[in-house]
Amino acid sequence: MSMNTQGRPTSAGDAGEAAHKTFTGNKGLAMEEPLIFEIGHQNITGVDLDEPEDFEAELGGHARQERIDLPALTEPEAMRHYVRLSTKNYAIDSGLYPLGSCTMKHNPRLNEKAARMPGFADIHPLQPLSTVSGAVDLMDELSHWLMTMTGMSAVALSPKAGAHGELCGMMAIKAAHRANGRDPKVVLVPESAHGTNPATAALLGYKVVAVKARDDGTVDTDEVKAKIAENEGNVAGIMLTNPNTCGIFERDIIEIAEAIHAADAYFYCDGANFNAIVGKAKPGDLGVDAMHINLHKTFSTPHGGGGPGSGPVVLSDRLAPYAPLPFLRKGKDGVELVETTEGVAEGEMPFGRMTAFHGQMGMFVRALAYMKSHGSDGLKQASEDAVLNANYVRVGLEDLMSLPFGSRWCMHEVLFDDSFLKDTGVSTLDFAKAMIDEGYHPMTMYFPLVVHGAMLIEPTESESRASLDLFVATLRDLVMSAKKGETERFSGAPYLAPRRRLDETQAARKPVLKWERPSATEVQPAAAQ
Amino acid sequence: MRYLPLSDNDRASMLERVGVKSVDEIFSDIPEKARIEGLLDLPRRSGEMAVERDLSRLSAKNVSASSVPFFVGAGAYKHHVPATVDHLIQRSEFLTSYTPYQPEITQGTLQYLFEFQTQVAELTGMDVANASMYDGSTGTAEAVLMAHRVTRRKKAVLSGGLHPQYRAVVEGLSDMANDEVVSLPADPNGTEDILARIDKETSCVVVQSPSFYGQLIDLKPIAEKAHENGALLIAVFTEVVSLGLIEPPGAQGADIVVGEGQSIGNPLTFGGPYVGLFATKQKYIRQMPGRLCGETVDAEGKRGFVLTLSTREQHIRRDKATSNICTNSGLCCLAFTIHMTLLGGKGLSQLARINHTNAVKLKKALSAVPGVEVINKAFFNEFTVKLPKPAAEVTEALVARGVLGGVPVSRLEPGKKDLENLLVVASTEVNTDEDRAEFAKALKEVLA
Ligand SMILES: Cc1ncc(COP(=O)(O)O)c(C=O)c1O
Repeated sequence: MSMNTQGRPTSAGDAGEAAHKTFTGNKGLAMEEPLIFEIGHQNITGVDLDEPEDFEAELGGHARQERIDLPALTEPEAMRHYVRLSTKNYAIDSGLYPLGSCTMKHNPRLNEKAARMPGFADIHPLQPLSTVSGAVDLMDELSHWLMTMTGMSAVALSPKAGAHGELCGMMAIKAAHRANGRDPKVVLVPESAHGTNPATAALLGYKVVAVKARDDGTVDTDEVKAKIAENEGNVAGIMLTNPNTCGIFERDIIEIAEAIHAADAYFYCDGANFNAIVGKAKPGDLGVDAMHINLHKTFSTPHGGGGPGSGPVVLSDRLAPYAPLPFLRKGKDGVELVETTEGVAEGEMPFGRMTAFHGQMGMFVRALAYMKSHGSDGLKQASEDAVLNANYVRVGLEDLMSLPFGSRWCMHEVLFDDSFLKDTGVSTLDFAKAMIDEGYHPMTMYFPLVVHGAMLIEPTESESRASLDLFVATLRDLVMSAKKGETERFSGAPYLAPRRRLDETQAARKPVLKWERPSATEVQPAAAQ
Repeated sequence: MRYLPLSDNDRASMLERVGVKSVDEIFSDIPEKARIEGLLDLPRRSGEMAVERDLSRLSAKNVSASSVPFFVGAGAYKHHVPATVDHLIQRSEFLTSYTPYQPEITQGTLQYLFEFQTQVAELTGMDVANASMYDGSTGTAEAVLMAHRVTRRKKAVLSGGLHPQYRAVVEGLSDMANDEVVSLPADPNGTEDILARIDKETSCVVVQSPSFYGQLIDLKPIAEKAHENGALLIAVFTEVVSLGLIEPPGAQGADIVVGEGQSIGNPLTFGGPYVGLFATKQKYIRQMPGRLCGETVDAEGKRGFVLTLSTREQHIRRDKATSNICTNSGLCCLAFTIHMTLLGGKGLSQLARINHTNAVKLKKALSAVPGVEVINKAFFNEFTVKLPKPAAEVTEALVARGVLGGVPVSRLEPGKKDLENLLVVASTEVNTDEDRAEFAKALKEVLA
């Protein structure tokens, strides 16, 4: 078996299953794990509770008739079940996670510790405000950091993730139009936008008008102006990502903002890529009216396998009065949390409420811990390193892979297209799956939609130079292999992951969305499944 | 800086490799007038000890639920979470993984989501559940939008027993989307005539049970009337532990069941992150919002799991998607499903009986206080009491006596005279007889 300098096997399949079949289906430390429904029981428990002696029902005839058909696991069994499941996951803590647009940076454990302090984790959103002044102060301090970094005048903390922040920002925009007696129906959205942008606009009944990109990957300013003219008096706003999803800073952004403002419309900025410019530029100076900040990207709160996130929205002077409930107000006795319209003062016109309670407090604590740890100097350094790392990857690969917009600087992420794979018989998907065998999580694929077979790489500032060197060397090796016609390395990949490629067509054609008890005739050995 | 692996030497040689003299060259697309000169006006970096000290100080200013007799509910509940849960959700491979878009290397996440969906479907008595919404309130708004898609109507009828902040979320979104909402007045004891409000234009009826006020509601007649009129019944709950003891909404005819899952596995955390549970009937799955995890096989025929039916979602369908949701409550689902696995169905029912027993005891203790009237006949672990004076004053006075004694309805429904004296109180398994005695004693003093 051939090895590279790190001692990894370089030819696929060597360590494959064919080499050594096992009775259990396990492969050494790689364990197969059945579903809890296949190993659990009704007559064991993982929680010791005392049956109440004096149970008397005041349920008014609403008692459940049938027992709940869900098994339990004891504590050691549960521990093993979930630990085994965990080993089937790729994670930032185990390797480079170059998922463009997602900012998979290191998640400091100090943040986890802080979020678990009893004064944060063990307080109720509706206990008397006099008993949670520290929590309100923390929200205020976070707001201060966010407003200072963005140069904006207000912040709505409550949105629960990026898309929810988009909804919040667009609702503020709609409220502002209404207050001005207007009801424009069109929102401009560049083709390169994330799917949540058009989906958000559509939720509010807006018509989405696409704006084309220029050959250099930036939004075409003339197109924006043309679309404004075509929909004269009917444009509510634009939803623009900056740096954009091609990893490029929109250099005409101020001109676009001015054109939008001249049309009595608002500029919503998707702040998913804020990590590139913290400490380098303030969105407020770019003409932005509203921008969500994914605390789970830029400010390191963990992605948790899909969430939870947190998506505070910063607002310009023009939109600040419409910020939703709850909001913070500075008074002479400190900061106040305004929760209902009754508490609203003159000039405050909250458009409503995004969620019950006050937002993702657990994420606020983590994000603030991150901000304080970095400070103004560290935040700036982090952005610079994120951008430097992405460019380092770019120059390491640009001779072999194809840059759709030519050799130019990128921000925190670098976008390749699939033209370098032309005639190799290898697709973007195959290429990405082969990265899995090499121990890497694939980059974002097929997004943004403006280039063919997109591969969007965001290394983040958390990677060392050695880590980037190995990553680049690995991708170079893969590209060479594809160009040499070694299609097998790609077409069947991954070979070495806990699972080979999964049949998504079958999953969608006949959806099985929960476990069903097998009929007596088809009982299978659980572990071998 | 401890989180940044590049040394100054690395930076210098990498800049050279990139072909620039300084990093600022790379940022030259930023319009000059928008560039930040120097540093932001914020404190400089801090070591771990200093940050921890800072945050501890803020934490210490708050009164934590475990430190006092605690009876606050109204949409979020103090329960005991086994230590195993918090340990497991901090496994790096769960905590620091992204949405499982690459199923070959995220079977851990996908399998627990599949298990989670199965548990939620069984608890709610529905065919299918999704892989979570942000929380109960946003899930409720999404359920209303889904009902509009299914029925092609635009009018939602909201019960007066719905959590006022849930109502506000639905009303706000509906208003912005130009959909109609009929909100019934506050209904503390479950006597509203919601049937009379359902007609042929109604898309959905939204009913919470146990209600915001703790009242258990019979959903069956509402489901019947809704179905006669071609409308859907959306059943909402904020206390998922109640499903251990009361008839699941699915068995009562609900078409969509949505609720808050915080009580199982997740700490209070001042309101978030929580986990929205969302379940419906098989025939509506293509109108569901949010991610769904489904079973399939891999190239070798081994069972595996993937995210599926994504053509409903924003990343594929963009402006035609069923929702804009992307990031959801992944890790809170994990906490939920681990706690639920430790409990099992039997354990959950037992936990629910303990909760109910404690609430019945609390009812007795408070009923004995002169001037206090319990207004609910059927309840789970929470109910509403009518006090002889404004409830907000009472809770403040209770704080002075070291008791966190419920939520004044006026906090969420201010300016309504008839609700001013109402207090919503909850008692879960964490309360002891001493807690209840202390509460009753303090309340007696405050009302004297
Ligand atoms: C560019 C962009 N916009 C918006 C979003 C949506 O953010 P969230 O997943 O937090 O809702 C994402 C993240 O997935 C994104 O990459």
